[in-house]
Amino acid sequence: MAKFEYTPAPESRSIVSIADSYGLFIDGKFSDTVDGRMFKTISPASEEVLAEVTDAGPADVDRAVTAARKAYEHTWAGLPPAHRSKYLFRIARLVQEKARELAVLESLDNGKPIRESRDVDIPLVAAHFFYYAGWADKLEYTGFGPAPKPLGVAGQVIPWNFPLLMLAWKIAPALACGNTVVLKPAETTPLTALAFAEICQQADLPPGVVNIVTGAGETGRALVEHPGIDKVAFTGSTEVGKQIARACARNGRRHTLELGGKAANIVFEDAAIDQAVEGIVNGIFFNQGHVCCAGSRLLVQESVERTVMESLRRRMGTLRLGDPLDKNTDVGAINSAAQLAKIRELADIGETEGASRWSPPCELPAKGFWFPPTIFTGVSQAHRIAREEIFGPVLSVLTFRTPAEAIEKANNTPYGLSAGVWTEKGSLILWMASRLRAGVVWANTFNRFDPASPFGGYKESGYGREGGRHGLEAYLDV
Amino acid sequence: MSVSAIAGSDLRDFLHGLPGVDRVGAEARAAMLASRSIKTTAKQWAIDMAISMIDLTTLEGQDTPGKVRALCAKAKQPDPADPTAPKVAAVCVYPDLAQVAATELKGSGIHVASVATSFPSGRASMEVKLADVKSAVAAGADEVDMVIDRGAFLAGNYDLVFSEIVEVKQACGPADQGGAHLKVILETGELLTYDNVRRASWLAMLAGADFIKTSTGKVSPAATLPVTMVMLEAVRDYREAHGRQVGVKPAGGIRTSKDAIRYLVLVNETAGEDWLDPAWFRLGASSLLNDLLMQRTKLATGRYSGPDYFTLD
Repeated sequence: MAKFEYTPAPESRSIVSIADSYGLFIDGKFSDTVDGRMFKTISPASEEVLAEVTDAGPADVDRAVTAARKAYEHTWAGLPPAHRSKYLFRIARLVQEKARELAVLESLDNGKPIRESRDVDIPLVAAHFFYYAGWADKLEYTGFGPAPKPLGVAGQVIPWNFPLLMLAWKIAPALACGNTVVLKPAETTPLTALAFAEICQQADLPPGVVNIVTGAGETGRALVEHPGIDKVAFTGSTEVGKQIARACARNGRRHTLELGGKAANIVFEDAAIDQAVEGIVNGIFFNQGHVCCAGSRLLVQESVERTVMESLRRRMGTLRLGDPLDKNTDVGAINSAAQLAKIRELADIGETEGASRWSPPCELPAKGFWFPPTIFTGVSQAHRIAREEIFGPVLSVLTFRTPAEAIEKANNTPYGLSAGVWTEKGSLILWMASRLRAGVVWANTFNRFDPASPFGGYKESGYGREGGRHGLEAYLDV
Repeated sequence: MSVSAIAGSDLRDFLHGLPGVDRVGAEARAAMLASRSIKTTAKQWAIDMAISMIDLTTLEGQDTPGKVRALCAKAKQPDPADPTAPKVAAVCVYPDLAQVAATELKGSGIHVASVATSFPSGRASMEVKLADVKSAVAAGADEVDMVIDRGAFLAGNYDLVFSEIVEVKQACGPADQGGAHLKVILETGELLTYDNVRRASWLAMLAGADFIKTSTGKVSPAATLPVTMVMLEAVRDYREAHGRQVGVKPAGGIRTSKDAIRYLVLVNETAGEDWLDPAWFRLGASSLLNDLLMQRTKLATGRYSGPDYFTLD
């Protein structure tokens, strides 16, 4: 038994009230489905049913798009821009006021540690709304012409890994530019989007400006293929992204895609080793590795491989896996049974292909979906675990000898979303950054986000940028 | 690597060959660990552990034998209302008062720590510094808290700093014949960078320090979480390389139970639980003790009592 056992310190659930059943948020109010059905959303940490939500049908999607169109034409686009700012600021403040409630709800529905939803997700949500609130009345200074116009109705489909944050990334710039939106949250994590719908009501946002339709893949398809949509924004898997790109190509519809990744986290021999190890841990075990820009390939220079790996293993031994609501939890639950099965399958393939697997001693809870933090050493570029996105807490470790080899290996992937470079040598950081084909290159840090910084991918990681001034382009007619 | 092998021009190469410390990353990690939530039984354990790790300190020009005697009484029985409260690890005084403390603490198991080497600036000749150490040891100090020559360190004169530590260690007496334990104060508030803190930590350990200590308490900033974390990493790595365990003592500015518990979390998740022991981790403090006692009583009774219910010494 450890000398210093941390007593469980769970965040109270009583702060959040979850309804038994949720309708669809269309035209400013919740309404029952017309042609859909109901399904249950569970807590992945306990498999407990949290609420019943609607799987919206095509007629529901049509109602939502119609409401969004009406709001676009009659209220939102014609509103003085400063008024749009006012609403966005109001939403941002409401998110801050309800931060604890939203964090608990997010951790319950998603399985992520409360420390992350409290310290990362929700503060970034508020920051995004504040940031884009500031742009709403300054669009003529964005560099996209003297009076850039909105596009119309945006159909937005978001993933389950950062439910409310991805909603913010989508809705804040769309609204700032004068568009209205129909947003579909992921089927396993609809609750914070529905809580956001309530925030829109409390902010007195005109009806129809934001519409939330819950559901699964078919609902998403109905939304992105709806003829009344002017723009599609999608964050999710590369496979679905390709389907959406094909659908949008048929009718020439604008779209932006933020898809998968297989980021290289590159550690040079002169790196600050202790901080690099923190960066490796944060790169792959943050949010259980359910991060499109996760540093899932560690490229470590051969001369420091032993030191880095010893240090990494020791550090992994201190990771605390368990109840997502416990304030001391570092690694939470895998979001769904399906995702857990996918992670297990790829991890098993890694072993079959000859890489060696290691996890720290770590007791997994009996109920819910769990996977221990895992590293694979002896991985080569030819292994599937070095090429395919696992989207879980699984790190593939490769080595390199020279900066040129690091670049070659890092870029040798169909993806190109992010990369990390760890070295105390500034010139090497710049040399690497100019050669890495990745949308984001972090230097001596990893998984850092800021609303002012654009985010997006190369190659199969998608196209278009979210965040910053660049993020406005996707919602303006430029 | 033996001490003699590292001394000389190799010392500089070695210290500058240590991995750097990234300021942003180190501070972020320390801040994350500071957000750990330690409640109920864990808090109870941590408060008692923290009390037993205190070097109860008075280092003022106005110190008198009476003041030191009072402090020693407090050290032996921190909470007269609750005899289950543990005693502290040591009482830390100036050399001229070490004898008073030694007399008062005889047989109590509480160590007598004395600052020496022209504390706090260390600006004196080596003869004076060594005489200071010898007088402290002769007066009954079994722990000596020396200061390094920060000027020499910042000027890159590592050999000088190294040899001073070696000489002071000798002046403490042979370890196997009850020589005093040597704590080396780096005065991290004057070293300014974490790279320097790491180098100074290694330098002190290579020269024979039994403990490395952050600060004199006379320079601001004194102990901080990230500085202590860098030092804990150093003792962890040093033990791995050399097989010898060295203790760590943050001192100055640690005033509340919350602060103290954060340091214990830092120890637990950086160097590991081997250091969660008064033999390997100390907190240099004075007012901290009463806050710990107040929190301890609150946990036991469910009520806060006012500061007048705890003795001021």
